[in-house]
Amino acid sequence: MAEKLKLEMVTPYKRVLSEEVDEVTAPGTVGEFGVLPDHTSLLTTLRVGELTYKKDGETFHIAVNWGYVEVEDNVMTVLVETAEPADQIDVERAKAALSRAEEALKKLTSEDKEFKIMECALERALIRVQVASKKLH
Amino acid sequence: MASLKDIKKRIGTVKNTQQITKAMKMVSAAKLRRAQEAVVAARPYADKMADVLSSLALREDADSHPLLAERGKGKALVVLITGDRGLCGGFNVNISKAAERFIREKQEGFESYELLIVGRKGNDYLKRRAGMDITKVHENLVGTGQVTYPIGALLGQEVIELYRSGDYDSVFLVYNAFQSAMTQVQTVKQLLPIVPKEVAEGALVADYIYEPNATEVLDEILPKNIEVQIFRSLLESAASEHGARMTAMDSASKNASEMIGKLTLQYNRARQASITKELLEIISGAESIKS
Repeated sequence: MAEKLKLEMVTPYKRVLSEEVDEVTAPGTVGEFGVLPDHTSLLTTLRVGELTYKKDGETFHIAVNWGYVEVEDNVMTVLVETAEPADQIDVERAKAALSRAEEALKKLTSEDKEFKIMECALERALIRVQVASKKLH
Repeated sequence: MASLKDIKKRIGTVKNTQQITKAMKMVSAAKLRRAQEAVVAARPYADKMADVLSSLALREDADSHPLLAERGKGKALVVLITGDRGLCGGFNVNISKAAERFIREKQEGFESYELLIVGRKGNDYLKRRAGMDITKVHENLVGTGQVTYPIGALLGQEVIELYRSGDYDSVFLVYNAFQSAMTQVQTVKQLLPIVPKEVAEGALVADYIYEPNATEVLDEILPKNIEVQIFRSLLESAASEHGARMTAMDSASKNASEMIGKLTLQYNRARQASITKELLEIISGAESIKS
């Protein structure tokens, strides 16, 4: 029985992390799920959300944006479009993006083409603010 | 024989040109480094994507998704990636020729081919050729900055859209793959239907759990894969272009110094000849006075 799980996270721009971890919680499209060592093979899509992993008793938070996860042979591969660890998020910018998206949504109706885009932007901004606030605790 | 003044003028012009080519070389070198880093950074993502796809292909039938199914040999779309600017040696022409050859020789055996061109230079070359059917041209898609993922994603979605509409039975991608600053490899790759990487036979195949279900997961991953492949080829092409330009400008600068050397020699000879001539005149003048 393996004691650790290898977590690999890559975006189109770089390899974000490649570490041995104890536990991962990820935001799947059908709901949040946890992965422990010796998990069975799994392939699932992710939505915008917060991914957390535990390593040697410490917890890390990462804001992720669209992607998917493959688990096989104790290797968890996370492919996402963007991934921002909590300590790299610019809170001011995230908050600005949040209020911008809120403003825009007030003016649009659900039929507009942009409505969906702004809705996604709002979601992303919310997650970023939420994840960033965690690094303080 | 050219006069002293003419030669001096020519040396001046060549020097000016050399300054320009030198500056362009420096700029390309800097841009190449950045582009090269981007190519290297994008590799893990693309590789992982290919891994996941091949393990998927082991488990799924080819007909389980429209983007995987073979459709026959009717019309093919060739996506050609070239640069927007010249002065980079044979970079644009070589890749355009590779695409032309691919179409003329009917490689892969399709009945007809249409072209979707990225970059002004590819269009400039191919629009004058007979039998090249260009459906669409994207000029200045990347601009002067870096290739970003959304650019690749948009192009990818456009290609998928075209394929899904049923107009084309297959999509090929023709681009310069980056190998080193000196060499680019002209690459032709089948984009659609998706060909998963071959996996060694006898590999252990365990069933996957799909969440929410296999179809939906495939629906997300397969188009993504196209986007990633196009993004990657744009990156590779950009890096190749900078590399090609750097090499071209380097040899141009070298040629210019060689030319300056030759002209200077010519200039000095002419100068010496005129001095000798003047001396002779003075001496013979003095001689005639004496006698």
